[in-house]
Amino acid sequence: MTDPSTAAAATSFLFGRLSWQSLPFHEPILVATFAVVATGGIALVGAITWFRLWGYLWREWFTSVDHKKIGIMYMVLGIVMLLRGFADAIMMRLQQAMAFGGSEGYLPAHHYDQIFTAHGVIMIFFVAMPLVTGIMNFVVPLQIGARDVSFPFLNNFSFWMTVGGAVLVMMSLFVGEFAKTGWLAYPPLSGITYSPDVGVDYYIWGLQIAGVGTTLSGINLLCTIVKMRAPGMTMMRLPVFTWTSLCTNVLIVAAFPVLTAVLAMLALDRYVGTNFFTNDFGGNPMMYVNLIWIWGHPEVYILILPAFGIFSEVTSTFSGKRLFGYTSMVYATVVITVLSYLVWLHHFFTMGSGASVNSFFGITTMIISIPTGAKMFNWLFTMYRGRIRFELPMMWTLAFMLTFVIGGMTGVLLAVPPADFVLHNSLFLVAHFHNVIIGGVLFGLFAGISFWFPKAFGFKLDPFWGKLSFWFWVTGFYAAFMPLYVLGLMGVTRRLRVFDDPSLQIWFVIAGFGAFLIALGILSFLIQIGVSIMRREQLRDTTGDPWDARTLEWATSSPPPAYNFAFTPVVHDNDAWWDMKERGYRRPLAGFKPIHMPKNTPTGVILAALSVALGFGLVWYIWWLAALSFVAILAVAIAHTFDYHQSFDIPADEVARTEEARTRLIAEGARA
Amino acid sequence: MTSVATATTAGEAPVFHLEDEHAHAEGGSTMLGFWVYLMSDCLIFAMLFAAYGVLGGNFAAGPAPKDLFDLPLVALNTAMLLFSSITYGFAMLAMARGQVRPTQLWLAVTALFGLAFLSIELYEFHHMIAEGATPQRSAFLSAFFTLVGTHGLHVTFGLIWLVTLMVQLGRYGLIAANRRRLMCLSLFWHFLDVIWIGVFTVVYLLGMLR
Amino acid sequence: MRRFRFLLVLPVLLALGGCDFVVLHPAGDIAWRQRDLLIVSTLLMLVVIIPVMALTVLFAWRYRQGNKTATYRPKWDHSIELELVIWGAPLLIIICLGALTWMDTHLLDPYRPLSRVAKGQPVAEKTEPLEVEVVALDWKWLFIYPQYGVASLNELAAPVDRPISFRITSSAVMNSFYIPALAGQIYAMPGMQTKLHAVINRVGAYEGFSANYSGAGFSGMRFAFHGMEPSDFDRWVGVLRNADRPLTRAAYLELEKPSENVPVQHFASVDPALFKAVLNMCVEPGKMCMSEMAAIDSRGGLGLAGIDNVIPRLAYDKFERRGAVFGPPSSYVAGICTIDELTASEPRVAEALPADLAPLLGAGLQRPGFTPARLDTTLLRSPAIPDRNS
Repeated sequence: MTDPSTAAAATSFLFGRLSWQSLPFHEPILVATFAVVATGGIALVGAITWFRLWGYLWREWFTSVDHKKIGIMYMVLGIVMLLRGFADAIMMRLQQAMAFGGSEGYLPAHHYDQIFTAHGVIMIFFVAMPLVTGIMNFVVPLQIGARDVSFPFLNNFSFWMTVGGAVLVMMSLFVGEFAKTGWLAYPPLSGITYSPDVGVDYYIWGLQIAGVGTTLSGINLLCTIVKMRAPGMTMMRLPVFTWTSLCTNVLIVAAFPVLTAVLAMLALDRYVGTNFFTNDFGGNPMMYVNLIWIWGHPEVYILILPAFGIFSEVTSTFSGKRLFGYTSMVYATVVITVLSYLVWLHHFFTMGSGASVNSFFGITTMIISIPTGAKMFNWLFTMYRGRIRFELPMMWTLAFMLTFVIGGMTGVLLAVPPADFVLHNSLFLVAHFHNVIIGGVLFGLFAGISFWFPKAFGFKLDPFWGKLSFWFWVTGFYAAFMPLYVLGLMGVTRRLRVFDDPSLQIWFVIAGFGAFLIALGILSFLIQIGVSIMRREQLRDTTGDPWDARTLEWATSSPPPAYNFAFTPVVHDNDAWWDMKERGYRRPLAGFKPIHMPKNTPTGVILAALSVALGFGLVWYIWWLAALSFVAILAVAIAHTFDYHQSFDIPADEVARTEEARTRLIAEGARA
Repeated sequence: MTSVATATTAGEAPVFHLEDEHAHAEGGSTMLGFWVYLMSDCLIFAMLFAAYGVLGGNFAAGPAPKDLFDLPLVALNTAMLLFSSITYGFAMLAMARGQVRPTQLWLAVTALFGLAFLSIELYEFHHMIAEGATPQRSAFLSAFFTLVGTHGLHVTFGLIWLVTLMVQLGRYGLIAANRRRLMCLSLFWHFLDVIWIGVFTVVYLLGMLR
Repeated sequence: MRRFRFLLVLPVLLALGGCDFVVLHPAGDIAWRQRDLLIVSTLLMLVVIIPVMALTVLFAWRYRQGNKTATYRPKWDHSIELELVIWGAPLLIIICLGALTWMDTHLLDPYRPLSRVAKGQPVAEKTEPLEVEVVALDWKWLFIYPQYGVASLNELAAPVDRPISFRITSSAVMNSFYIPALAGQIYAMPGMQTKLHAVINRVGAYEGFSANYSGAGFSGMRFAFHGMEPSDFDRWVGVLRNADRPLTRAAYLELEKPSENVPVQHFASVDPALFKAVLNMCVEPGKMCMSEMAAIDSRGGLGLAGIDNVIPRLAYDKFERRGAVFGPPSSYVAGICTIDELTASEPRVAEALPADLAPLLGAGLQRPGFTPARLDTTLLRSPAIPDRNS
């Protein structure tokens, strides 16, 4: 390791292991992608500069501690990352549809292996998580009648840490490479011996930085729901979405530290040469598999529970009916929360843990399907004797109900250990978890987006493009994943790059076509947003309650004022807003008082930016950068605690002006 | 559920909003939030304990606890940390009485004990590494250094926080925000004590029996 | 959109006809029984799934807003009877499925020696199962036949209707040993041994592969599995015996280096201690075997004297290995016994298998034994004790 010249020593001090060779000039696909991304990026930055929006974005959004704005920023992050994650999916589908009969396809192994790893990591951590967190952030405080979350600054910080993780993962696309290990980076493959490159380091630090954000956001929302509820809102009067959010955040707080610890141990193995998960010196790689799934299985429920909550809200709203079996819905959620910690071993029955252990975990897994089944019936009986309006959110819900049961069924099938022995790691498994994640989480998120979009922006989403997107997604999903079930039954395993048997090709071609339909679905969704912005005057929601809905968030204006509610609402019923409407509640028009609100702060952005620098330094062994940014993080954090004046009052006359504007809007809406 | 609603309709018109500004007291969630954070931190330690539990007997034909640990030194170390918890308690008593100077003084004593704890721990680590019992030598040593080191790292951050708070006390006195912060640090400090008791028992005492 | 869907169905139907659903139509008894379980479980679940799907469509249609004749009960949100059904129906299904799972997980435990070679055809008393030692290498499969003293690479054969007993390990990273036509898969893990018992009932050439991603050459990690008539199998073994090279430890170390899409190779003879050495990760001369290490560790390690018993890895090692940036260079623990001494006196670790591994005959099923000792040691299969169930 002795460098011959001082110049080389200086370079390696300055740049660590980063060199020109780390930039993928030799890979035409990446160069082209970079060109496209760079052009788009420059155009975006140029447009923002041209329209002089930087100041506005910085003041009103980036530094904002308003839970609504942070929620919306989470959604934007999730949708942007969806495009990246989906691009990976399309590339995989294309490769698998091509690589038959001696053809190597168009992707070499080291590129293809990065793609399926990145696809999994991005879709889970930087698409599903931000979208779920974003919706919870936006909706929960409104649903419980609060002005903001418990720790508004922490909320901003959490968001930017998530962005920081995403930035680091995106960097790996053009600087160096990403992990080639599969999305959970099982050692010994992910150890320094078999993956000496930067890929796994990008993976580790990207997830660690985002993980800080997720854990803190979990603590924040948990406290918000426990402490900030409006008077009268007992736990058994919480809207179901808030209940599922509460359980999700309990899961986050109780699961993400596990991930942090496991990744920290993997990082130590890779950086310091410890022997937690190595083959020699008494290390135990299978401990990693156990520990990461102790996080990994609850993670699945972290994603699906809020979606269940969304379906509950949507079903009762669009059936014009109280939710059937509220109490059993709540208990089902809690039971799922607890059980989700007792099933992790079903992800590796094939490790040979012995029949008794395997059947224990198989049976606990099946038990989860009981409360889930109960939920399904509850939605069914909410529709029973209702007046169902087939608006977009309800369509997504119905598609979910029909799709998710298939995924649930194949899931229980995989929980039977001997059946898992033949289906484990096969495309059947891939089809199963896409069936529950797309058919459950993603459909739920789309239901939620179309449901709460008018609340967030003051106008509804265009229904035509929404329905187009809906049909493309649903047909695309079936076309893309039903063939994978079939392939799984033909014994085809996952993560293969090339195939021998030409009779399989047709199925991959169909799956590729399905992915293309989904691409059209995503495109229609983006067009839907564009069209809705252009037609916003026709789609305007003047009442604040466009769906004749039931919970508190619909009691305030669309979009809600910074302070959410001019007066703190008092709750008498599960469906608080429905109850208020039924009993002729009149909105107060006078008597406003100043409202105490938290102040915006740039600290979150700064800390997250420093964390990215820290991560980058660690990935590339640029130790001076890592040390410097670590010290800077400490200094900025400490300096932040010296600022004791983190809140201000919105004066009463400003509240009055805002409320008068709303009164006018309602009157206009009533005339039109 | 509905019974409450019908009960109010039976009487006069129900109240649907509060006329007065109903502020959730600033910092009202802080103690709960910090407590939840501590529990999540506790899980990190739980994982490290689990790793130690699995790997603690894998010496890779190298040294075992009984070859390495010096129990009297660790007992002294434990005493330092326990004393620091007591003195932190005195700081909290002084805070309750509203005395800034004594609070700061007790915090300083706590910091000294904490520093002593860290120094002894570093001495122990240095000694082991000098003997060749490095974290890389066996899975047992990896798990040992990581578990004990993570605790030490927490104490280090606690010390930085403690010094910061002493400065803030000097500047702004015992205002509500500072009291809250002292309470949080108090929780944190005692929490580290509890974790250390676990480390002392599981790693050192049971290790000697292995 | 409907026209669209119809078009989608066409190629599907065409393709379905000519497909080989090996998981649903396997050639080995174990895989058949796994398939049966798959189908029974699916049918059991369809008992709930189909009504739910039907009711979803029915309710959605019947209670649509346009249908003013349907009853509308906006406040109806509770019914004890329905709640009982809602929780009871899935519960009953899961009780059935759970019982089935418990039984079949024990019956089809890959560690359990076979009781039958096919339906109604129990294993004859004196039958000696074919033993195969499987090593997952980067990125190919090595099969050793200890009873015949031969080995083959990327090719596996077995006589029909004779139980096969696989012992499986891996040289470097995790893989999964899977022949869909024969039986379910099981992981191949470095320094650990897994077992699989199976039987092939039909003559034919089947496909085997790794079902767990293991790096760049993963896609090419396939092998042919031949089910043969016993006479053909003997002939095949003869072909192996006439191969031109032996599989010595040196040859293994050469073979172990990463390579992709490797053609079939035959070995006329095999170092008898090779599999044991691979499993204990001590094929390299001078490296301490894991079983030896486990024995030393269980007696409290080697103390401070053992600290320096480490040898840096040599440059010509199988991987271009590197240590961690802040760690010492990559190294390993030096062995004290030679491999031959080790084979002679292999330390026996306490047997912790369930007492009852006797073949279960289908009818009059006994309650599977549950030994807590096995639970705690196998939940985290400790690599320090690689072979606890030999």
